[in-house]
Parts: sequence; C-alpha cells; structure tokens
Amino acid sequence: MITVDKLYKSFDDRQVLSDINTEFHNGKTNLIIGQSGSGKTVLMNCLVGLHEPSQGHILYDGRDLTAMSKRERTLLRREIGMLFQSSALFDSMTVLDNVMFPLDMFSTKSYKERRERALHCLDRVNLGGAESKYPNELSGGMQKRAAIARAIAMEPRYLFCDEPNSGLDPKTSLVIDKLISDITHENNITTVVNTHDMNSVIGIGENILFIDKGHKAWQGSNKEVLTADNKRLNDFIFASDFSKQLRQDIIANMAG
Amino acid sequence: MYIIKFLQSFGEYLLLMGRSFQKPERFKMFLRKYYQEVMALGVNSIGIVLLISLFIGAVICIQMKLNIQSAWMPTWVSGYTTREIMLLEFSSAIMCLILAGKVGSNIASELGTMRVTQQIDALEIMGVNSASYLILPKITALVSIIPVLVTFSVAAGIAGAYCTAYFADIITPSDLTLGLQHQFTQWFFWMGVIKSLFFAFIIASVSSYYGYTVRGGSIEVGKASTNAVVSSSVLILFSDIFLTKMLS
Repeated sequence: MITVDKLYKSFDDRQVLSDINTEFHNGKTNLIIGQSGSGKTVLMNCLVGLHEPSQGHILYDGRDLTAMSKRERTLLRREIGMLFQSSALFDSMTVLDNVMFPLDMFSTKSYKERRERALHCLDRVNLGGAESKYPNELSGGMQKRAAIARAIAMEPRYLFCDEPNSGLDPKTSLVIDKLISDITHENNITTVVNTHDMNSVIGIGENILFIDKGHKAWQGSNKEVLTADNKRLNDFIFASDFSKQLRQDIIANMAG
Repeated sequence: MYIIKFLQSFGEYLLLMGRSFQKPERFKMFLRKYYQEVMALGVNSIGIVLLISLFIGAVICIQMKLNIQSAWMPTWVSGYTTREIMLLEFSSAIMCLILAGKVGSNIASELGTMRVTQQIDALEIMGVNSASYLILPKITALVSIIPVLVTFSVAAGIAGAYCTAYFADIITPSDLTLGLQHQFTQWFFWMGVIKSLFFAFIIASVSSYYGYTVRGGSIEVGKASTNAVVSSSVLILFSDIFLTKMLS
C-alpha cells in the first residue's frame, strides 16, 4: 500500500499540488484522474521520486520515500515497475534485450533463467515472437505491451502507469487496461494508473482519485463514480451531451 | 548574469561528472556498453580521420613546397614541416576539433533524445545510476580509442604527403623521406597523444552534459547538439594553448 500524507508540490511560485491525502491499495488498480494540467503527472512523479515534494510524506508500506537516503531510494526503486506514456523503450535494444535489461542489471540469476523470465513476461503480454524486433518496428500498442513486460520483469511490488492508453485506439486501450488489471490481481501488487481515459475509469478503476487544480476533489470506486454528486467530477467524466444522457439513463435504470 | 549562468552550468557539469564517475552497478554491463561505444565513437570515426588526414597531409606538403620553400632552404624542408605540423597540431588538436563535430553532436543528440523520450527517466526508476551507465562508457571509450585515431591520423597524413611525391611530382620521394626523418623527436608524438586524451575527455564529457540535461523537445535536442559542438571546440582551443605550453 502507498500512503500519501499532506503532500504539497510547487515549482518556484506556482503551487501545483496542495494537501493531497490518499491511499493506494494493494492488489487494486488505483487510478489518478483529472484534466490536463490538474497536477496528476506531477503527483505520479512525486510518488516515484522523479520530483521532490515541497512538503508531506509518501509511505511505501510504511517506508517514507521522502526521508530515505539515496541508497535506500535506489533499493526501493528496484521494487517499482513503471510504464511511461511514451513507452520509453531503449531504441538501441531489441524487445527481448529491453525486457532483460533490469534482470541483467540487478538479478543474480543465470543468463538462461533471465532469458526464460523475459520470454515468459513477453508471452504474458502476448508478444511472443516479437523478441528480436526493435521498438521502432512495433505498433504503439505493442510498444506499450513490451514496456509492461519490462516493468513486470523484476516482479515489482508497485506498478505505475502514466497514461497507458494515450495515442491508442479504443480497442487496443481495452487490451492494455485488461492486461494492467489482470497483472495487478495475479501478482497482488499496488498499481497506480494516471489516466484521463473514461473507459479505463469505468472498466478498471477500483480506487479512483480525482485531482482538480492540484487538490484532491473526490475519491471512490468505478461503481460510485456513476452516482457521485460532485459537479466537477461529473463535468469532467461526463463531458459530452451523449455521456451525460447515458449517465442519467444508467441512474434511472438503477433506480427502476 | 552571464557569470552566474556560467557558474551554475559549471556546477551542474561537475555534479554530473561526480555521478558519472561512480562504480558501475554491473561491471559486465559496463564492459558491454564500453565495447559498443568504442565501436560507435572510435571505430566508426576511423574512416573520416583517415580521409581528412590523407588530404590535409598532401595539401600541407604541396603548400610547403610551392609557397614556403625557396632556394635558400634545404630540399627536405617540406617533408620536415609536414611531419611537424601533423605530429604537433593537426593529428591531435585539429583532428579533435573535427571529432567534436562528429562525435560531440552524436553524443548530445543521443542522450538528448533519450531524455525527451523518458528513456533516462526509465533507467532512474529502475534504480540505475543513469549518468554512470550512459556517460562513463562514452568518456572511457573515447579517451581510450583516441590515441589510436591520432596514430592513424599521423600515418595517413604522411601517406598523403607521399601521394604528392609519387603521383604529382611535387617533391621527390627521397627528399620527402629525408625531411620526415630529419631530427625526429619522439616526444612530439607523445605530446600529441597526451593532448588528445584531454581533448577526448572534453568532447565526451561536455557533449554528455549538454545531452543529458536537455529539457523540452526536438528543438532543444538540436540546440543541445549545437551547444555541445561549440563549447567542446572552444574548450579544446583554450586547453590546447595551455597544454602546448606545459608540454613543450
């Protein structure tokens, strides 16, 4: 479990995050949602240690990231897997080498075992057969899946996904969402997904944190989001007339 | 304002070098990366080094023979001056200025692209010291391969001079040989090699700094690449004066 306690972050005079208090649960897909510029990427960067919070604490199962030494932070990061918005696969390496990279760097297993683990991860994300390809030979969805395989290669306890569906078609987005959700439940890990994809919110949002202008504006599950009476949340999630009508129909059906 | 900006950049550069010169997490991975960089930065530069040195050696010999040499000078002067110019300046300083353009822009754009596509962030998240993993092999590879490039450059320059003797009848081969052998000081060769080691460090470290610290997108990567070449070249020229004075 990851606990965020009174987190503030500012850049120069600009306050980006204010008084964020929340928990991201173990074995669940935790979503951070919000408009562009609301501060959700900054929150994720603070969570993984790419940004230093101005105030507050981030606890990884009780271990305070903000109070850790450089060495402790490095060790913690080996328990973290991250899927970047741009996939961030290493261009100069094949898909297999990308997935094997964290294993080559930190694992004490033999080459054969490392290779088997990497191939297993690629099979898990349905990329068996693509191991000798380079990232630029893959489609956007395949790159995302390869990046997921790399993120889970070291069997992380915490998985972070920054806008995993950005630039993908709706069908591929569903595949990626399902993959993230399945991996979370199979391995009982704490997954935090930064998204503004509404299909993800409804589909895999077991614990949703809504950030608005740097503040925590709402928190709940995908079941609660349909009936939430938070105007800003509803304006964000059900932005189009069609989705507003859809929401009203769903609520009417539930009442009926 | 400029002084503060310069000091800030210099401080960042020193901190980055401090992070880069740390023990690699896996020595095997370091060796693999080192080998790749030797191939990319050194072996892939041999062609351009040989080509430029061959032509410059030939041109120096022609210029010396046609424009400097007179009836008052010995006939071997052209060969002698060609050797000294190649050994003392061209194969070390000028060749490194050319390499600053080729290798420096390559390093800055590679690291800059890795930065803007979050590949460096990915390394950091994995718990890898990205500076040490990416920059240390580049510096060690270029510093260790540069003596080979200097040697090739000197040899190609002299071969170029012989081309003018055998194919253009500018100078007789025997006069050229006499000049090349006249009062040869071995230290001059080592001086060129020692200077090139400093220049190689400047090229690799300064270019890595500009590439690694890129913020933004493709335009910034382009700017970083240009800044890397300009700064490396200026630093090579300045340090050349001091090194020449110290080593002479």
